[in-house]
Amino acid sequence: MTVMPAPDEAANTSRTQTRPSKGRPVSPEDSAPIMRRVKTKLTSRWATAAAVIIATIWTVPTFGLLVSSFRPAAKQVGPRSDGWWNFFTDWDFTFKNYIDVTAAAGSQSANLSQYFANSVAIVIPVTVFVLVLASMAAYIFAWGNFKGREAAFIFVFALQIIPLQMALIPLLTLFTQVLQIPPGSYAQLWIAHTMFGLPLGIFLLHNFISEIPGEVIEAAKVDGAGHTTIFWRIILPLSVPALASLAIFQFLWVWNDLLVALVFSGGTADVAPITQRLAEISGTRGSRDYLNPAAAFVSIIAPLVVFFALQRYFVRGLLAGGLKG
Amino acid sequence: MEFLGGKFLQVAIALAVFAALIGLIMLIVDRAPKSVKDKVTIVGFLAPAAILMLVGLVYPAVQTSFLAFTNASGQPNGVDNFVWMFTQPEALVTLRNTVIWTILVPLLSTGFGLAYAVFIDKARGEKALKALVFMPMAISFVGAGIIWKLVYDYRGPAIEQTGVINAVRVALGMDPKQFLLDAPENTIFLIIVMVWIQTGFAMVILSAAIKGVPMELVEAARLDGANPWQQFRNVTIPGIRGALVVVLTTITIATLKVFDIVRTMTAGNYETSVVANEMYTQAFRAGEPGRGAALALVLFLLVLPIVVYNARVLRQQREIR
Repeated sequence: MTVMPAPDEAANTSRTQTRPSKGRPVSPEDSAPIMRRVKTKLTSRWATAAAVIIATIWTVPTFGLLVSSFRPAAKQVGPRSDGWWNFFTDWDFTFKNYIDVTAAAGSQSANLSQYFANSVAIVIPVTVFVLVLASMAAYIFAWGNFKGREAAFIFVFALQIIPLQMALIPLLTLFTQVLQIPPGSYAQLWIAHTMFGLPLGIFLLHNFISEIPGEVIEAAKVDGAGHTTIFWRIILPLSVPALASLAIFQFLWVWNDLLVALVFSGGTADVAPITQRLAEISGTRGSRDYLNPAAAFVSIIAPLVVFFALQRYFVRGLLAGGLKG
Repeated sequence: MEFLGGKFLQVAIALAVFAALIGLIMLIVDRAPKSVKDKVTIVGFLAPAAILMLVGLVYPAVQTSFLAFTNASGQPNGVDNFVWMFTQPEALVTLRNTVIWTILVPLLSTGFGLAYAVFIDKARGEKALKALVFMPMAISFVGAGIIWKLVYDYRGPAIEQTGVINAVRVALGMDPKQFLLDAPENTIFLIIVMVWIQTGFAMVILSAAIKGVPMELVEAARLDGANPWQQFRNVTIPGIRGALVVVLTTITIATLKVFDIVRTMTAGNYETSVVANEMYTQAFRAGEPGRGAALALVLFLLVLPIVVYNARVLRQQREIR
């Protein structure tokens, strides 16, 4: 869906996360009555306390998962088990859970390394496909000249709202029966994810590409550059910030997806992504329950690394254009 | 690690084929005679995306609309699927839950997100505080489901609790509670998970909007003797109205389509199912594609007004430009 603050507003807020209060000229009123200063100080202290409480509530669940994942099986399930917070008084630490979930064989193994590789193999091509195809279409919507351009663009925008649930049944029939794409390969997932990622990709990039000054493109045309040259040599290099944020979005959605995977992967260990395996092992209650925290952590580690490393671009993308509904 | 080789090869082939196709398109566009060059460019650049969207979204949406009026064996059955949806008790519970989700999640996420954005505005360590609340956005719904199952974990009153909330309850002298089993409040406990995920999104957008409110207005209000609450109520809120609408609609749409949380935490049992989950169950588990399609169609109709509204806003913005 759409998130559209005025472009200039989005631009400067993303650049300056914290408003530089020092730089502002101090007005005489600021140095006024001590009482008022104390009052604002107090309210801001309460506000900070409330913020810290919210931040704690928001972080404790994930933190608990991390701690649990390092506790031995007997401490997690069965009669001798207790809460993860006991970890701090009863120091009992193991990597065994991680070894168990990632091992390629064994009765206890969830074989996650294979599924992790599947997720990587799904997410990389999809991200490339969406970035290239969406930027080509976005360029034409922004700078091409044809009848019905506006209407077509609004239509593409509206496509974001079709629930994936509506597309699944017919698409599966089309893939398996008409196009004969083998179910045990990545192809179905690559194509489906690319299809679903395009409307938002086009929308996001279009917002950015249409802001590129027309003189730049005119100058290139005068120099004899064709559309392909303009696209590859001018548009794409200038759009790197937008491309980066779209790439992060796309990575997170595809990595975190379960619905598309369930329908198109065929559920085999050769193709299914890590989320699907995780849903499987967490759905069966039993002796392997102690593996869930470690398995969950393996699955969220890639998005978390991407998220923390590229947070700046991620937030900027969110503010500049849109978010998938 | 021999399995890696095969996967790597498949990925490499896919990328090579894709590169070849794009290269071919660029070649055709470049070599086109001058008279038709612009037309060829438009078709060449637009066609791949257009075809994929038509095949992947438009055609299935139309197809599903027809499917909604057929029975399990594919015969037309009029509006039977819709009658089922609005009369069967299980189906009605699903609809009721969806309504509860779409009301509570946007309001709570936006409320918490706004409060948090205001509290940490200009605070020390603002960036770190933001990252903590924003982090759940990066976690899959499945991962979130596992995290929260751990939080909600229940054990009999006689033994030690492993879930944080029940441990606190017991420490306060209350009985432990089966959060995910007891209807109807279990739906609320699932909703909390979605709120946990979406609040960070609301917070980031609203925080940016708050920083966009002109400092002079806030200063003026303060000089007029407005207390912090009045400043917030009369200056900040009107200043971020647009962002609030965007956040509310975005989260509403995400909530309507939510599927994974319910699926991983209760699988829709114990009266917790929602339309998006029931659609999957009917179409792919119960052998009732007609009913699944009907549910999907209802989902689409629920989202449609929001699209129309947003498309209108978009067009107005483009006209201004």
